[in-house]
Amino acid sequence: MVNILLSIALGIIVISFILVIVRFMLGDTVVDRVVALDVLTVSSIGLIVMLAHFFGRVIYIDVSIVYGILSFIGVIVIAKFLAKSL
Amino acid sequence: MKFKGIFVVFVMLLAIWLVLNNTLQMAPLLIGAGVSLLLSVVLCTKCSVFNDIRLTPKTFYYTLVYLGVFIVELVKSNFDIAMRVLNPALPINPGIIKAETILKSKMARLILANSITLTPGTFTIDIKENILYIHCVHIDGDNTEKYAQSIVRKFEKYLEVLYG
Amino acid sequence: MEYLEIIGAIVTLIGAMFILFAGIGLLRMPDIYNRIQAGTKASTLGSMLTLLGIGLIHPDWLLKIVLLIIFILISNPVSSHVLGRAAHFIKVPLSSRTAVDKLAEDEDRVTQSK
Repeated sequence: MVNILLSIALGIIVISFILVIVRFMLGDTVVDRVVALDVLTVSSIGLIVMLAHFFGRVIYIDVSIVYGILSFIGVIVIAKFLAKSL
Repeated sequence: MKFKGIFVVFVMLLAIWLVLNNTLQMAPLLIGAGVSLLLSVVLCTKCSVFNDIRLTPKTFYYTLVYLGVFIVELVKSNFDIAMRVLNPALPINPGIIKAETILKSKMARLILANSITLTPGTFTIDIKENILYIHCVHIDGDNTEKYAQSIVRKFEKYLEVLYG
Repeated sequence: MEYLEIIGAIVTLIGAMFILFAGIGLLRMPDIYNRIQAGTKASTLGSMLTLLGIGLIHPDWLLKIVLLIIFILISNPVSSHVLGRAAHFIKVPLSSRTAVDKLAEDEDRVTQSK
């Protein structure tokens, strides 16, 4: 029961990824692409923790913490570069 | 009053280290305490952001109330966004409006801006001294000043007690 | 015990729905500022609920997951604010439905008075 519900959730997140990647491809400006990347990484933190449940390994949560910190720093650096204050 | 800032940062770093390690053995605890002390002293001698926090039982109570208000607003804002996105007509009336805040402390302004970003249909674009520029998805009515004040007042009354 | 796991799975499902709304909002909104609003808000609550659901299924992971939730809660508004500021700085045009832009008015006044 639990695994069926979680599989449905996994499918919904993958559909959402496809929509975000379409916006990443279309993106009128460079900032649109960065926003799409940001949404993609924040959603994939949830995805990685869900995979930690499926494989039963707690180490994946540490992986998602590091992934979140790195993506946050990446977005800040790109935005600062765009605003010419780097 | 630099010691209060150092103490707050030290406790925060040590708590994060303990949660990540998931143990209370002596050796990791000592290493974590040493590194946290070093980092908090190095980081906080130049920066004054954490010095404004008041540590009394009253602020503890107000922090809990503030968190409650904030989480209710967060859930409301998400349903608001979901309704607008799923509506075929896309009912939006966007604009950037201006709001003044009475808060003096830098930390309080930071928390205010972050809270506004997560509440229904608004996000902070820029802060200049005491003026916040807020982008709204849907502006109600014609009086933008009144609307802006109503957004800011919701959180100001709690943050005023916390940071003054 | 059983109940807690099923509640956790349902919370995770609701979180996944909010992530889907973030994707739809990112596609449908007319200009960059509205996209930032729809994308970052819905994905914040979405991933927070997803994490909380997994935390309810495995209570022994809950401490680390709460740390992750607090991190997302602090970092996501900051990155959306920085992106909005960068977009306004490089003068990405607002959509034609925009009612008022006080920030651009004030910046024009500053450059004229110099």
